Formats: sequence, C-alpha cells, structure tokens
Amino acid sequence: MFENLLTNQDSWLNGKGPSSEIVFSSRVRLARNFADKVFPSRAATSVKEDIRNTMEEIYSRVSALRGSTFVRMEDLEELSRQFLLERHLISQEHMASPKGKGLIVSADERIALMINEEDHLRMQVITSGFDLAACWQVLDGIDTELSGMVNFSFLPDLGYLTSCPTNVGTALRASCMLHIPALVLTKRINKILELLVKISFTARGLFGEGTQALGDFFQISNQGSLGLSEGELIDNLSGVVNQVKEQEIDARDNLLKKYKFSLEDNVWRAFGVLKNCRLIGSKEALSHLSMLSLGLDLGIIKGIKREVINSLFIIIQPAHLQRIEGKLLKEEERDYIRASILRERLVFED
Amino acid sequence: MDSMLCDICHKTIATVHLTEIVNDKIAEMHICSTCAKNKTEEIKDQLNISDFLGGMSGPGSAIEKEDVSLKCSSCGLSYADFKKKGRLGCGNCYLSFKKMLLPLLKKIHGSTHHAGKKIPQKLASGMPEAKTTDLKGRLERAVQLEEYEEAARLRDEIKNLENKISS
Ligand SMILES: [Zn+2]
Ligand SMILES: [Zn+2]
Repeated sequence: MFENLLTNQDSWLNGKGPSSEIVFSSRVRLARNFADKVFPSRAATSVKEDIRNTMEEIYSRVSALRGSTFVRMEDLEELSRQFLLERHLISQEHMASPKGKGLIVSADERIALMINEEDHLRMQVITSGFDLAACWQVLDGIDTELSGMVNFSFLPDLGYLTSCPTNVGTALRASCMLHIPALVLTKRINKILELLVKISFTARGLFGEGTQALGDFFQISNQGSLGLSEGELIDNLSGVVNQVKEQEIDARDNLLKKYKFSLEDNVWRAFGVLKNCRLIGSKEALSHLSMLSLGLDLGIIKGIKREVINSLFIIIQPAHLQRIEGKLLKEEERDYIRASILRERLVFED
Repeated sequence: MDSMLCDICHKTIATVHLTEIVNDKIAEMHICSTCAKNKTEEIKDQLNISDFLGGMSGPGSAIEKEDVSLKCSSCGLSYADFKKKGRLGCGNCYLSFKKMLLPLLKKIHGSTHHAGKKIPQKLASGMPEAKTTDLKGRLERAVQLEEYEEAARLRDEIKNLENKISS
C-alpha cells in the first residue's frame, strides 16, 4: 500500500484542476453513524469491531470504492499512521489512538473513509484544484449506495446525527486549501481571516500547529452544517473561496507592479537556498517552497514542474522522509535528507 | 494534574485552560497568560462550544439545573457529561436532550431544521421518535380514509412506543 502511495502520480497532488495555482485542493467530508449503535467515543470495543467488520464486508460493493484498500489502524506502526496523516488521509485523532479504528482508501487517494473516528464513518473526497461540486458528486454517490446497505442514524427534522452537534444536519464539511502568499506578504490576510470568521467560515493554516500557516497555505471551510442543503453549503463556500482567490490575484498584481525587483530577488533566493542547502528544517523548506511556487505562478521562474513543487510540500514532512529512507531518522538526519531530496528534485525541464 | 508548559510558546507554565474547536474537533489547550492575552482576540470570534454551553444555563433557572443530571435513555450519557466533553453518546441523545440542544443548535448553525439530503428510499428506522412521527402520519391518513381498524392498530402502536420513550 505505502509503496504505491509514495509513487502515486495521479493523486490530488498532481497540481492540475481548475484554478490550481491558488486553490491547491478541494475536499468534501460527510459524517455518518450507524442507527442504534453508540457513537465511537462511548462504544465498547466489540461495537466498534462490529462496525469495522461490516464496513470491511460491504465496501467493495460500493462502485467508487472498488479496488480500495481496507486497513485496521492498530495493524499499522506509528510511522505509517503518521505518513497517512501527512497525506491528509486520516486525522490526528485517528493517528493517535488507533484501537478499533479503520481506514478505507482508494488507489488514487481521492477517497478515504475513516471508521470509528469521532463518528462511525468519516468519508472524504479530495480533488486537486478548485472543484467542490465534483467532490460532492462522488461522495453523494458513495453515501447513497451505502445507505442501501446500512441503516444510518437520521431524524427528519435534524438530519444526520453526529457525535458533535457542530456537525449535525447535512454532516457535511467542505474545504479548500488555498496558497495565498501575496495576501500574507501584503499583510491583507489578517483582515480576510477576521471577515471569514464573522461570516461563519473557518480559516486556518494547513501545515503546522494552531493558527500558524506554514508555507502560506490556508484551509477555508464552512462552519454550519444544519439549515442549508449540501448544494447550498458548497455554493456558499465556493463563493467565499472565489473571493479570497480574487483578492490573492489582486495582491499578486500589486506586488508585481510595486515590488517587482524584490519579488524576483526573493524567488531566486528561495530557489538558491533549496538548491544548495545541506541541512534544512521543514519550516524553512515550506517557506522557500511557497516563494518558489509563487515565482512559478508569476512566471518569474520557469521550467520547474508544478507537480514537483506540490509533491515536495508533502514529501518533506518527517514521516514521508522516513518512509522514503525506510528507517527511523533523527532530526539532523531528517534535515540532511530533506535537503538532498530538495536539491535532487528541483530541476529545470523543458 | 501536573503543571504543564504552554502549548503555544512551550516556555512558560500554562495557567489558562480552554477548549477550542479546531478542524471540527474540540481541542483542549493549556496556555500561559501572555499567550492567552494574544489569543483572546482570536478566540472571541471563534466557535467555542463551552461558551455556548456555559451560556445555556442562566443563573437561578431551576429547570435547567435539573436538566444537567438528565440522562440519555439509550446510552446513559448525562447532560453534564456532554457539557464537559462536547460529545454526545448516541443518536438518541438528540431526543433525550432535545430541549437543551435546540437552542444550542440555533446558536451554532443559525437553524434547527435539516434542509439537506434525506435517507434515500428508506425511513429512518430505529429511532423511536422518528417511528412515532411516521406512525402518526399514517394514522392521520387512515382516519381520513376511514380505515378505522388500521387506525386503531396504529394508535396502539404509537401508545406503546411513546410509553417506551418516556420510561
Ligand atoms: Zn505561552
Ligand atoms: Zn445517548
């Protein structure tokens, strides 16, 4: 499974898809619980195992899940779980306490179903670029097919019932990952984040902890899940993401007009560091990759493949480096290997 | 609990303990007073479930005080447990705590009515209240169609179910 994932060229990281120079990826997630079963946080191990076994039995009957892989989380060692987390296939919670939990992941990694996370099922579809509607279409199909085999917990007036009341109703969370370095450089980002919260959307950094946004990646998602249909939730989020995207384009234009030389200098310095370093931490690497990525979008630097940079954002994380090397690494060893991978992969092609 | 370092700066002993929703998850944070001050502005605007829950039980309200000890008839979770952890125990909790949950849902979502996808082609079975709602609809129709035998049968079934719910 992991060998395939490491060399997967056709995943959501391929840098293609609509507006992919700013909207890195789109994701829609649905939560579902089995009717008459206690939610995972209160369920006995046997209940969780029942649910996991049921899913193992039926998943290949869902057309979109044919050829997917099923795993019991406790069968994976910690490094492998960390690896899945770094690829956005599982959550922190799923990684930290694996007992009774499961994962179904499609060969192209676009579909992932977490079993017995906060809810019995957490199903997500990711695509590269800006296309929430496409994600929802696939997810809707999976959910409908599963509904024919499993009885989901549902009330007519409250919709799908979830462990946390913040998810009840549609139980849908849609999100886009945006790369918005120009908004960060021009410090317009703070105003935008404030505004997003006011209109009930959540924005947070993609890599790193808390609100820190390493690599200038932000994830914007809907906050409410009850009272609007799935289509409306997705349309609203798309509208907001579109506006942030326009702001980023505007900020990029501004930077190019006013600070062309220093922008050029910053991009080439970033390239210089990445191409020559011998030891580099992930924080520094992410920030230079972000600048390089901006340079590529603006035509300041040419000939490096977009998907190479996109995949580097993921590959330079600790568990990925250790997977590639096939062994546990100390921090300095990781920094050394990270540097050599960056030097090796950042090449001009034409 | 041992004293712990601040989750943000990792330098000072944490004196402020708060819960926050990050990535749909309720995360506990332990931070120092300096970092707390910096975070206040940010937190103010964020969805904070303990604030919501705290705001629910107004002072001197006898009914709400009783309700905290209310337990879900199906999984046994108490409303106090829910307030502490922010997680419900089972689908039936939504019925058991409905009175307290509805204002909370209104606050979180701005709505208390589902407007999205319905369970395809199948009735939500297993939930006693959903079942009675369904049965009541059928009873009405039976009365309208003057199918009194069927109506009597449905009436008994509803009575049985309602007894089960309230017991
Ligand atoms: Zn601190
Ligand atoms: Zn319950």
